[in-house]
Amino acid sequence: MIYDQARYTEGNKHEPLLSEKDDTTVAVDETDSPLPDELTRDELTLPGLSEPEIARHYTRLSQMNWSIDSGPYPLGSCTMKYNPKFTEDVAADPNAAIHPDRSASSAQGNLGVLYGLQEYLATIGGMDAVTLQPPAGAAGEFTGILVAKAYHDHHGNDRSEVIIPASAHGTNFATAAMAGYDVVELPSDEGGRVDLEALKAAVSEETAALMLTNPNTVGLFERDIVEIAETVHEAGGLLYYDGANLNALLGRGRPGDMGFDIMHYNVHKTFATPHGGGGPGAGPVGVVDELSEFLPSPRVRETDDGDYERFDPDHSIGKVHGFAGNWLVLIKAYAYIARLGDEGLADASAKAVLNANYLAEQLEMDVPYGPFHHEFAATAGDRDAADVAKRMLDFGVHPPTTKWPEMVPEAMLTEPTEIENCRTLDQLAEAFNNAYSDTDEAIETAPSRTTASRIDQVSAARNPRLSWQALDE
Amino acid sequence: MTQPDGSPFAPHAAAETAAMLEAVGVESEADLFDIPDDVAFDGEFGIEPRSEQEIRGELRRLFARNNDLTEFMGRGHYSHYVPSIVDHLSDRAEFLTSYTQYQPEITQGFLQALFEYQSMLVELTGLPIANCSMYDGATALAEAALLADRVRQTSGHRILVPEYLRDGKRSVLENYVDGAGLVVESYPMDDGNVDREALAELTDEETAMIYAENPTVRGTIEEGLSEVGEIAADTEALFCLGSDLVALSLLEAPASVGADVVVGEADVLGLPTSYGMGLGIFATRESFLRQVPGRLVGVSEDSDDRRAYTLTLQTREQHIRKERATSNICTNQAWVALRAAMHIASLGPDGLVDLAEDCVRDAAALADRVDDLAGYQAPVHDRHHFREFVVRSDQPAEGIATALEAEGFAVHAVDDHLLQVCLTETNAHATDGLVAALQEAA
Repeated sequence: MIYDQARYTEGNKHEPLLSEKDDTTVAVDETDSPLPDELTRDELTLPGLSEPEIARHYTRLSQMNWSIDSGPYPLGSCTMKYNPKFTEDVAADPNAAIHPDRSASSAQGNLGVLYGLQEYLATIGGMDAVTLQPPAGAAGEFTGILVAKAYHDHHGNDRSEVIIPASAHGTNFATAAMAGYDVVELPSDEGGRVDLEALKAAVSEETAALMLTNPNTVGLFERDIVEIAETVHEAGGLLYYDGANLNALLGRGRPGDMGFDIMHYNVHKTFATPHGGGGPGAGPVGVVDELSEFLPSPRVRETDDGDYERFDPDHSIGKVHGFAGNWLVLIKAYAYIARLGDEGLADASAKAVLNANYLAEQLEMDVPYGPFHHEFAATAGDRDAADVAKRMLDFGVHPPTTKWPEMVPEAMLTEPTEIENCRTLDQLAEAFNNAYSDTDEAIETAPSRTTASRIDQVSAARNPRLSWQALDE
Repeated sequence: MTQPDGSPFAPHAAAETAAMLEAVGVESEADLFDIPDDVAFDGEFGIEPRSEQEIRGELRRLFARNNDLTEFMGRGHYSHYVPSIVDHLSDRAEFLTSYTQYQPEITQGFLQALFEYQSMLVELTGLPIANCSMYDGATALAEAALLADRVRQTSGHRILVPEYLRDGKRSVLENYVDGAGLVVESYPMDDGNVDREALAELTDEETAMIYAENPTVRGTIEEGLSEVGEIAADTEALFCLGSDLVALSLLEAPASVGADVVVGEADVLGLPTSYGMGLGIFATRESFLRQVPGRLVGVSEDSDDRRAYTLTLQTREQHIRKERATSNICTNQAWVALRAAMHIASLGPDGLVDLAEDCVRDAAALADRVDDLAGYQAPVHDRHHFREFVVRSDQPAEGIATALEAEGFAVHAVDDHLLQVCLTETNAHATDGLVAALQEAA
């Protein structure tokens, strides 16, 4: 397939900035202001455009943007699924648009959905209690590690380290550091999994937790998970599950059954809420019973009368979001889970894993580690993975995540998800293979059919211009 | 064709699945999973799949259990009318179903929209650097404190915040700064504004950051922010100011009162009342650029010498810098930022200033009407107000709030005898009813 992206061009730029279309200054001091001058700003300069002009501006911008509804988007570890349209309508219900400070008795609908989603997530993950407050996966990690810290503090254990495999998501490391822990990086064994001997050497009475992604970031299931859990638990540490790859396990394995104590769910990955160009997502956290008293406040429970009420866990860590998290996202996740049910969720994982395996079979690139599940890391070998990816853009697909994880040289971490059929996977494979086998010149100068040709990243960072005001300087 | 029992969003016909399994070289889907038996799950979730129509009905019925109240509520989460154009344009799938712009050549549209959002924040705050979103005002404040800790040369560990602050916002702040060894302390308020004398006394060399809000959580407009800026500057503490997009359109520009960081609620535009879902502002000085949390969109050129947008300075971020990153944030609130920018564009500068002036005028007018009622004094603080104000009630506030609910209105009870009332264009039609209900409940 060949793809030509929309491109509106005026001279040396594309669609002009809003500020290049209009620049209106309001002298605030001269308006009939209800405030004394010393409390107001002098003036405000912003674009003042008509509705048709604005509609055209953003329509053009949307046409210069790739999305899951445009075509394949196999970013590894991102789980770019189709986002069912009806979930948007459900979330737009005006009755759901209420203030977070409403009394519980006047907010039974919202509390009911929150309670229902807590229950769904608990059973899907094999956890006993769930908070929906964290607004993203990284915020979920942070919440989970704070819960671990509160648990250790409560038992008088001052622990200073969090163990993280070298192949883990960057957020794990940053999260542990933000929570005040030292990071102990764990090497992988030759097969790409946790090195058990290295883990045994790493754990100590300083170990607060091990953060683990399973299947890991090259799609491998940690087959030694029971022994890993025992090792961490014997040292008095907790086992944290990074939910980024949960889409591989639905209905086949639950973190709670594997010995994990804490997990987060990425509802924008596993449960198909839209990624919105970078967010919002939501990162609910599930824990085993023993940790539930430390979860953020408030949680929601059902009363004997079938009503819902808020309550504060006994030793709650407090809050991790100003209010109740990304509410609109949570509604969509509830609707998605309800739509699929048991069979649909299990089928989603089965087809996600089938698609990854089928796609890998069609590639000319090597895939060094296996058996993988919903994603795999192909290697571009002696070619630059970033260049191969740029060339793929010309073939009507979004390329995979590149150059990560580092354990695979020139990695192309690919996650097609369950939504692609065989024909689309064949087209995707063709894009991979065409780009991979293309000439050096072709991949180094690609892409050519996208709105922008290859962008100079170095000068963007060397001479930061981060606003339209900075362009005038 | 979809398998009847599978996911409706996995488009594999049975024959197709069989052919793919054969191509992979396994006999069944189960053979694809490398999960040891002792941890494999063979139970059921017990979640009954429902049709689209059934779920829409189910949730419609559930949401109808929310009482139909006219809300006069604020305290950090506000309701402004969102024009239809915002829904229609932001819901375009090219925006809604895209992700972070890791491949900028094919995502110029969203990058430009985020660049425009950053630019709007630069204009509104007067500060030259704005990121393209934090989760909400509370987490943005917390990130500001962590930035203060990174950029301060001395060993200061105190974060000073107003006595009047949402409990939730303070709790988020405490959770974020605990790992860095920072301590959050309150300074007193004087009739709803910063007690500047007391603040000056409390501030010392150990103070890493002073936080103030304008308007405050009680709706008062601060009258001496430049002095607060000077108190911070005197001890080399950072001055962090919390505000929102509508207030920033009218009130003193943060840069002109010496703010080093601006945080707050950008979701006042672009989002309707959303049970607290937010969009955090984060803007700061040029000198702190490399310590900023979150994503930044910058301008560069493509190989045809045309202007192009790209995520930049990513060496600050977790996927590159890991435990030395400025923050762990990855997924953010980009789509909400897109909506806020659309709303700002839709209002234009005249519309924004008009809206903000109405927030001052209408709150004052309603406070006067409430003050005229027997049993109430409003506003409690002798200040200018923005959108909301505190009311003292002779009767217990909780009882009045409950009585108002029965009449179809929701307000905050913030203390034993203090109510808080918030007014915008979305509830202005109902002020007569509110006043009557207050009179009834007095």
